[in-house]
Amino acid sequence: MGTSAFDAVIPVICVTLAGLVVLLAESFRKKQERMPLGGLALIGLIGAVIACVLLWDRNATSFGMVTADNYALFVNLIILTVGILTVVFSQHTVERDGLPAGEYYALLLFAIVGMMLMVQATDLLLVFLALETMSIAVYVLTGIRFNDARGTEAAFKYFLLGAFASAFLLYGIAFLFGVTGTTSLDGIGTVVAAQSMSGNPMILAAIALLIVGFGFKVGVVPFHQWSPDAYEGAPALVTGFMSTGVKAAAMAAFARIFLSSLEPMITDWAPVLWGVAAITMILGTVVGVAQTNLKRMLAYSSIAHAGYLLVGIVAGNEVGKAAILFYLAAYALTNVAGFAIIGLLGTKAAPNDDLRDYAGLWHTHPALAGLMTIVLLSLGGFPPTAGFIAKWYIFSAAVGSGYYWLAIIGFLSSVVSVFFYLRIVVMMFMTERDARPVPLPVAASAMAGLAVTVAAILYLGILPSRVIDLAAASISTVF
Amino acid sequence: MEGWGGIGVMMAVAIGFGISSVILSQFLGPSNPTPEKEAPYECGVPPVGDARERQSVKFYLVAMIFLLFDIEVAFLYPWAMALRDLGWFGLAQITVFILILLVGYIYIWRKGVLDWGPESDPDYHVAKVLGPSVVKRYRYGTGN
Amino acid sequence: MGSDQLLFVGFGALALLGALAVVAQPNPVYSVIALIVSFFGLSGLYVLLESPFVAVVQIIIYAGAIMVLFLFVVMLLNATREDGSEWDRAHPYYRPGPMRLGAVLAVLFGVQMIWALTRTVGLGVGVGETRPAVESVRDVGRVLFTDYMFAFEVTSILILAAMVGAVVLARRREE
Repeated sequence: MGTSAFDAVIPVICVTLAGLVVLLAESFRKKQERMPLGGLALIGLIGAVIACVLLWDRNATSFGMVTADNYALFVNLIILTVGILTVVFSQHTVERDGLPAGEYYALLLFAIVGMMLMVQATDLLLVFLALETMSIAVYVLTGIRFNDARGTEAAFKYFLLGAFASAFLLYGIAFLFGVTGTTSLDGIGTVVAAQSMSGNPMILAAIALLIVGFGFKVGVVPFHQWSPDAYEGAPALVTGFMSTGVKAAAMAAFARIFLSSLEPMITDWAPVLWGVAAITMILGTVVGVAQTNLKRMLAYSSIAHAGYLLVGIVAGNEVGKAAILFYLAAYALTNVAGFAIIGLLGTKAAPNDDLRDYAGLWHTHPALAGLMTIVLLSLGGFPPTAGFIAKWYIFSAAVGSGYYWLAIIGFLSSVVSVFFYLRIVVMMFMTERDARPVPLPVAASAMAGLAVTVAAILYLGILPSRVIDLAAASISTVF
Repeated sequence: MEGWGGIGVMMAVAIGFGISSVILSQFLGPSNPTPEKEAPYECGVPPVGDARERQSVKFYLVAMIFLLFDIEVAFLYPWAMALRDLGWFGLAQITVFILILLVGYIYIWRKGVLDWGPESDPDYHVAKVLGPSVVKRYRYGTGN
Repeated sequence: MGSDQLLFVGFGALALLGALAVVAQPNPVYSVIALIVSFFGLSGLYVLLESPFVAVVQIIIYAGAIMVLFLFVVMLLNATREDGSEWDRAHPYYRPGPMRLGAVLAVLFGVQMIWALTRTVGLGVGVGETRPAVESVRDVGRVLFTDYMFAFEVTSILILAAMVGAVVLARRREE
């Protein structure tokens, strides 16, 4: 394979083309005609995966603002995996719930394009454009269910707050441009490193605004208020997609900007992120305990997980950087599987997302109950699951950088979080439901996808060294 | 700031003309109001009800689509100005840009966003068989 | 005060007063019109900053297309007045909490920004690479289609996603 100017964007082009083809197919679809749109989407996504693998270790760059370094490729592979799993799980539910299939898959693909570019961007302008592409597609996916008041409300809240956060981010980018005269991350890094910027109010304002903007997209306290509502109102599969894909992309861009360009300012922003991480872990856990709706509970759980991820950024050492990537992979797999199970068990008419609905799941859907148990254990951080290794790795990074308190807060909050994860497990296995509902049929393809995902969670938990090495190697070449 | 003088004069003339005609007509025009003249004009028919009805969501859709294609056209302007410097490469870029948006255009066309009137609604023909009250419901686009 | 400064103050005042009128009176249609006035002020400021393209785009897209959209949305909602009429007549100080908290935060943010910007004046910012000025529309075109060509192409995906989104959210019924 020779090199060309387009190398770094080939994965993105694959996904874009798939999106365009899906949209065209939907345009020419006759009413009631069934088309394998999900299959088209899968082809594009798998093509992108292959392109990412082929680009590994080549450090391709394109157009001066897109890079395909191993860090970007690692995160892109996570995002593409999330996308593939979402498409596989959706095959059956899109039809069952009467969602507009063409638009659903096209928006999913465009959101993935945005996410991938956000990770690959080395120019703040492109970061912003990619973020907007991703966000707009995800806002619409949140409210894609027709005539669903909860979904529309969720989409509306998400959109309003998201637009506001985008404005903050753009304002921060403008300030950074004002100080350094460039939007390229390398250029900003050079200027910031060459001159002592500490105490310059303009760049401090820029950093604060960037933290607000990214904090919103990642969903950390105090910018988290949208996420329980949005996660609850969206179709469960979309929730799984956005709680992992959006978070992974935003976190990766966040880490790239703060750990490379703004690294010289670490003494200024680390204390802020320390506080945000601590309060996010505590609040996400404590409020999560009080939830009775499973989707809301997992929303708070994912807020807490964003806090753990921030710990990795605050630590800022080699272990921490690799831990972020590993944690993202573990979290993405786990959360996608969790929301997929919720989505498979509920319809629009009967969401079945209350805790009570999970009573006695073992008797109606023994396989799903078993898979859900592993997912919940991984979210809680039990060995031998991926969640355990990821958390252990993050906390050891914090200890390595001397952030003992942060590690202690993280440890305690994950102990508390175990309470609400185990509560669901107890519900599923130990309680009976008086009126047992007729079990919903679950598609074989979705079951197979879930089984593979859960197997991957266990693999990451039992034999993590290969992926950890990969994560460490991929990030060390970048910053 | 060179060369904006002409535009400034034009703006001043435009604003001045607008304001002065309103003011002048106040003073110069004969004022002879009757209740009929005061009433809102509705094609010569006596007005019924409030003019502020809920508009169909179609208007919003058209405005949204107009906005998006307006942005597309705004990008053509700098390209046209720099056409000679950019050459074929610039043409290739703008072609890709327009082709991607062409997909969107085909999509909204096929989805019937550009169709107007109740006949464009596939259910309208069904409703016409069912009776006038159903037709009326569809005509105003608030079908539920 | 030179004529440039005079124009700056004039356009700035127009933009600010327009923006104030958007939020300070309850009729949404008037708010839209006031926003157009504000956009004209901004457009004038862009002219002063020697970027005619942004000034024209400000008028064509913001004052033109986006305001048409806003008007349709106002008409779609059929909102002749803002909601919350029960405390419309109340003194702002006695209105419900979130509004006051938002106002406090907005003031804090404003103070912070003014502090940061005034502190920065003497610090010699804009110290990075100096790039050639992008003034005429032709310059914009040249930069847009060389340095930023990829960002430009991504814009089309963004617009496409927005297009699909608008159709999906506004569709009336399942087919």
